[in-house]
Order: sequence, then structure tokens, then C-alpha cells
Amino acid sequence: MYVKMYKGEALKMILTYALASIIVAWILVPLGLIFISAFAVPKEYYNIRKLIPLAFTTENVYTLLFVLKAWKSTLNSLIVAGLTIAISFALGLPTGYSLARFMFKGKDTFKLLIIGLRMFPVIVLAIPFTVIYLKIGLADTLIGVALAHTAMSLPFVVLITSSLFSGIPVDYEEAGMVFGLSRFEAFFRITLPLALPGLAAAAIFVFIMSWNEVFIASVLVLVNRTLPADILVSALNAPDPLKFAAGFIMVLPAMIFVFFARKYLIQVWGITIR
Amino acid sequence: MGVFIGYPILETIRLAFTHPYTGEISLYNFQRLSRDFHFWNALKYTFLLAGIVIPIQVTLALGVSLLLLRRFKGSNMVLYIFLIPLTISDVAAALIWYNILTGNGYLNRILINLGLLKSPLHFFGYQYRSMEILAIVITEVWRATAIVFVIIFAGLQMIGKEYLEAADVFGASTYQKFRYIILPMIKPSLQTALIIRTLFAMQIFGVVWILAGRDIPILAGETYYWQIELKNPNVAAAYSLIIACISIFLGFLYIKLLKPEYLER
Repeated sequence: MYVKMYKGEALKMILTYALASIIVAWILVPLGLIFISAFAVPKEYYNIRKLIPLAFTTENVYTLLFVLKAWKSTLNSLIVAGLTIAISFALGLPTGYSLARFMFKGKDTFKLLIIGLRMFPVIVLAIPFTVIYLKIGLADTLIGVALAHTAMSLPFVVLITSSLFSGIPVDYEEAGMVFGLSRFEAFFRITLPLALPGLAAAAIFVFIMSWNEVFIASVLVLVNRTLPADILVSALNAPDPLKFAAGFIMVLPAMIFVFFARKYLIQVWGITIR
Repeated sequence: MGVFIGYPILETIRLAFTHPYTGEISLYNFQRLSRDFHFWNALKYTFLLAGIVIPIQVTLALGVSLLLLRRFKGSNMVLYIFLIPLTISDVAAALIWYNILTGNGYLNRILINLGLLKSPLHFFGYQYRSMEILAIVITEVWRATAIVFVIIFAGLQMIGKEYLEAADVFGASTYQKFRYIILPMIKPSLQTALIIRTLFAMQIFGVVWILAGRDIPILAGETYYWQIELKNPNVAAAYSLIIACISIFLGFLYIKLLKPEYLER
């Protein structure tokens, strides 16, 4: 496309790359440093004359997980995230599908309501949930946290699934039905497989929301804490290397997921903010 | 949806207007709040943090969007990297920046080893509250600029090339293109970004709680404190109701103030 690079153009390119490098460093350096600190030998970390600790150990992560039993709260976080995905998809997927496929009275109002709800401050939900849970016996349970997280993620699941299903032509299903599939078979054998990568990205989105959520989790559960809630309470008293180990464990799963699903995730984020 | 969100809202209102000891309907919780200097400080700091953080985030997000709009080799990689903080929780982001800014942190290591400082800079602790605010601002800008960016970038990508090409034909300067084409056309995205960020800013909690505890009181932190430490769900509900009302009010304000302008009428 460009035959000749003019001097001005070259300068612009250099400037572009310089700025791009600054952006990349601004994000990656802090991340890299928490990885280093999480695995640094504490003695090296506390020696301020060392620019960067160079001796590494898994001791910090080990102590955090197995001596301070953070593996329990990590497991709790995984359970809550799994339940949240299951419940919010069980409720949100059919809703999203019907929004994409069927006309019904009040559809526009319903859509607007969902779009409004995704901005609803979740903090407001946490306090009444504690009172309601005491009444119905869900106080201090993981399923209780998962239900509250579902309230937070459901509008997103409905929006994402309805947008995904709208993107799959209804003709495919109709063709299947012409060849003798029932409506349900047509959905499960044609539409669902086509929507699967997008749905997986949506599930990751919900996982990240739940895994990262701290306010609701720390208000609703006092004994079986999730990881962020556990850290929130214990971080203030823990020695620094353990804090960094905690930061590392919190960051890790989300980053792995994002690495594998980055293209789809951008699409999903695009839908949720439209 | 009604069960999940509607009923809890009603329950919040009921709790907030119920006297914690007698169980009567009363304004007691709100009177109690208004006499508590922590409440006024929480209000002040929540707005102060939002007022500092959001303009920085919007400017930065707009800058990065304009940069990444010029497609260059590796621009997609920069995009993905800039989006990483979207997946990082407020608690983790706070720990990440605590790692850099604390007494033994990397900032102090660099400054001391270069001989620029004799003793470490202090960012944390009650007597260093203005530094704590700085640390919170840095963390929030690092963590949550990505969401503003996603919205603005999406808006920018929808601007038709024809407009900018037409402007080039008429010899418009870069500033003129920005001011009269790009800015009006991304106004709806800007509005969405501002609303979302402001509402989230009203709920700021994890970052402040980890970095400053109650040194910097904030509305959500006080809600947590009244609920967990003081075990008073009524005052906590009053706090969350106030957060909800402020959020709704600010949402409407943005919608009224930022009416979209159209290039073609």
C-alpha cells in the first residue's frame, strides 16, 4: 500500500510504537512484578538494596494455600463461580433465546429493563440478601452467594445469549424442522452447537464476574469465605509475601481464560456494553 | 428477575426505614447517619475519588483508542494487553499496586538504589492519607480504564471512513477532525462510558479497603463496616439505599446533559 515512507510518516510510526510500548509496559510490568514477588524468597524481598529479588521459591504460595488453608476459600470461589454459571445459564439462556426468536407483548420494555438492570448497583442487593437468607436458611452458604452473584450476572447472560442467538439465522432451525426435527431438537442439534463458542465465552465472562466479586461475598458468608473475601479480611494482617501470593492466585485463572478466549471475549464485552 | 432484584430492593427500603431497636417505621437510621462524621467523609471521598479518577480514565481511554485506531503491526496485541485488567478484580489490583508502592516495593527499590532517596516513600498508613489517595487513584486508573476504553473504541470504530476522508479533502486539521467529527460522533459511547464508570465509582470498595482500610472512608466501605463490624443491617441498608439513589440521580443527570448531536439531520 505504501510505496515510499516519507520522513513525517516514519516519525509518526516511531511515535506510535513508542506510545504502544508505554501502554504495554504500563499493564505488564505491574503484573510481572506481582509474579516475581509472589515467588521471591522473603529474605530477598525484604532486602531493599536488591533491585529485584533473584532467588525464587514456592514457599509463599504453599504457606498461603496449605498452612493458612487458602485452598479452602479457593475451592469455595470455584464452587460459587460454577454454581453461578449453572444457575444464570439455566435461567438466562431460555430468556435470551426467546428474546432472539419470539415476538411477545412488552418485549421492548423487557429489553430496556434488562439493559437498565445491568447497571444496577449490586451493593444494594447484598444487605437485604443477608436478612432474607436468615429467614430461608441460606445464611452463610455458598449457594446463597451463588444466587446473589446470579442476580448480578443474569442481565448480562440474557443480553449475551440473545445477541448470540440473533446472529444464527432462524432458517437453519426451520430447515431442520422441515426434515422432521422438533423445535427442541432443532435448538439442541443445530442452534446450540453453532452458538457454543460464544456461550463458552459468556460462561467465562460470568466466571470472572463471580470469581472477582468481593463485596457481596464478604457480606453474605462469614465462615465459608470465598477467596477475595478471605483476602479482604486477612490481608491487612498477613506478611507482605503472602499478600503477593494471594494476588498471584487471584489473577491467574482469569488470565488463563482470557488467553484462550480473547477473541470471543472482546465480542462478548462488546455486547454487554452496547 | 423480580425475585432476584425487585424483592431485595423492597427489603432494602424496608430495612432502611425500620428502627433497629424498636422495629418501628422511622427515619432513625438516616438521622444517625447525618450525625456521623464518617458518613460525610465517606460521601466526600467517594465523590473526590470519582472526580479525580474518571476524567483521567476517559482521557487515557480516548488517547489509547485514537492510537489503536491507526492500525499498525502488533496493534491487536496491544489491544489484548490493554484489556487484561478487565479480568482482574479490585482486590487483586490493589495487591498488585501495593506490591509496587509499599515500603519494600519496587518504586522505593528503584529510587533508593539509584541514590535518589535515602529512606523509602510512604504510601500507606493514616498519617499518609493523601499518598493513600494517590495509590488508590493509580490502581483505579490501571484497573478500570479498560472498560471505558472498550466502550469508546467500539464507538470510534463505527465512525464511517467517509467522514474523515471528506474532512481530509477539505483540508481539516487533526484538531478540527477530532473536535467536529470524532467527538460529536462518539458522544453516545462517551455517555455510556461515563454512566457505567460513575455508577461503578459510587460502589468503589475493594481497592480502598485493601490499600487504606477505613483511613479513607467511602460509602460502600461504610456499608460493609456497619453490616459486618457493627452488625447493624438497618444502617447498612440506609447506606446502600443512599448509594442507589445517588447512582440513579447521576445516571439521569448524564442522560439529560449529554444529548447526542447528529452530524446528519
